[in-house]
Amino acid sequence: MSGLKRIIVCLKQAVDVSQLKVDAATRQLITAGAPKKISDFDKNALEEAVKIREKLGSVEIVTLTMSSEDPKIVLREALAMGADKAYVANDVGVQGIDTSGTAYVLAEGVKKIGEFDLILCGETSLDSFSGLVGSRIGELLKLPQITSVRKLSVEGDFVTAERVLEDASETVKAKMPALVTVTREINQPRIPSLMMIMKASKKEIVTWTLAELGIPKEKLSSKIEVIEALAPKTERKKVKMTGETVQEIAEKLAKALIQEGVVGR
Amino acid sequence: MMSENNGVWVYSESYDLTLEMLGKGRELADQLKSQLTVVMIGHNVHGKAAELVKYGADKVYVVDNPSLERFQSDIYLSVLHDLAASQKPDIILIGSTKNGKPLAARLATRLEAGCVPDCYRLTVDEKGRLIGERITYGGNASARVAFNTKPQIATVPARAFDKPSIQDRHGQLVKLDAKTEPPRTEVVETKPLEASNVRIEEAEVIISCGRGLTKKEDRIMLDELASVLCGQVGCTRPLAEDRKWFTEWVGLSGHKVKPKLYIACGISGVIQHVAGIRDSKVIVAINKDPEAPIFEIADYGVVGDLYEMLPALKDALKKMLQ
Repeated sequence: MSGLKRIIVCLKQAVDVSQLKVDAATRQLITAGAPKKISDFDKNALEEAVKIREKLGSVEIVTLTMSSEDPKIVLREALAMGADKAYVANDVGVQGIDTSGTAYVLAEGVKKIGEFDLILCGETSLDSFSGLVGSRIGELLKLPQITSVRKLSVEGDFVTAERVLEDASETVKAKMPALVTVTREINQPRIPSLMMIMKASKKEIVTWTLAELGIPKEKLSSKIEVIEALAPKTERKKVKMTGETVQEIAEKLAKALIQEGVVGR
Repeated sequence: MMSENNGVWVYSESYDLTLEMLGKGRELADQLKSQLTVVMIGHNVHGKAAELVKYGADKVYVVDNPSLERFQSDIYLSVLHDLAASQKPDIILIGSTKNGKPLAARLATRLEAGCVPDCYRLTVDEKGRLIGERITYGGNASARVAFNTKPQIATVPARAFDKPSIQDRHGQLVKLDAKTEPPRTEVVETKPLEASNVRIEEAEVIISCGRGLTKKEDRIMLDELASVLCGQVGCTRPLAEDRKWFTEWVGLSGHKVKPKLYIACGISGVIQHVAGIRDSKVIVAINKDPEAPIFEIADYGVVGDLYEMLPALKDALKKMLQ
């Protein structure tokens, strides 16, 4: 048996990078109006929370998000996937803040939610791909943390997790409350049924301003500054190999690779 | 209390990555006219610590203690934090491994500092600020990021910088004690990963497949070409995560590679995959779909069936390389 009562899942409303466009002349990204969605890794975190509840029974799953825009559409999806309640720090003041500020806002959100046993986060985010916020939240809240987890189980007051390192995997145990960041390997997030989507519309979304969270502006001052973000230059030859037969194309290609000095000695 | 030791600090639990960061750290320290310091944490590491001076360190802090034998995030963090808090380095470079990155994030938080992760390029600007460059927006962009506060903490991925050569130089070894608190997480088991593909980053030639490969067994075509070219076989994320045909994949969320030759077979070229192969010297794309985005980043493109092309290419190369 486990005494696990509440799981908080942190969700990022990320830019859908697959739909980003680049201005070919300036190499600038066109981020204005780019569609947003729940960051993929965070969906895995939410799915894992739902799986834990399926195993243990009465566990409350709440999500925590930060947004300078209207996050409701994104949060409805999380609620349809199985979250019971969504909390959001919804304030224009969070726009453009760095990982330090983001973690601060989310940690204050966690404190305002109150009691919890487990915080689940994606190990990184789809768009900025920093992979810092989860660990920063854990540090601010002085929690034991297990990162890059691909397998998770809860027993008694302990969470046991398998994580993958560069050349080994290890199984790590921590007493709850704890923070865990998950990889995309951990599960396959469910696609909500129509029934779940309808049910979700009745679930509660709680919004807070930064003032309501008691967060002074200076706590969010950026410690880093993005000078520019440009699409990488692609300087590739883009030679199409053609020929009458497969053999002819293969021979042309083989010859080109030998001339490039990238095959053989 | 020791006097302050500003300048550039380097830490990684990986020795190879420590050396790679020493090369870059030396450059930065010279530009800033400051010292390069390495922090070495572990047990029985004195021999290696002396070697680090030859690789460019001015000073090595050695924290050597049986309880530090293996990486333990809580303890290693408090060792690093106590040192950095008292000595106020300007720059801390930390190896961006699965253990190193969370360590950097927590250290930055504890020191109320900024952190720029996964920098593949590091420079200092005219004001002496560290500038890190990293891939962002899922591979769509490379960002140049500066710091507003100190210490400036950057994490560095493996193989981003070259290992420096050994020189006959002198430096200072400082042995330190650490107060070790009991860790809050316990490693109950460690297993080495299967040897296959573990070191794909080191391969000079990679033959990689995507969804165009229709059966797991068909990877033999890639294996055969790989054996002719002394290369390794890789794949895209869907083949590893969805179809479970491989345990690892190449891409932004998997292995980032920079071989001399990358042959992408039946790979459409989504941005996350491209971000993992962009530094390859020569990229070849084989795909049935002439509109596949992979052709936009390929040096040589073949519009065709990988099932026909791979055996033909293998035969052609075998013949010509003999």
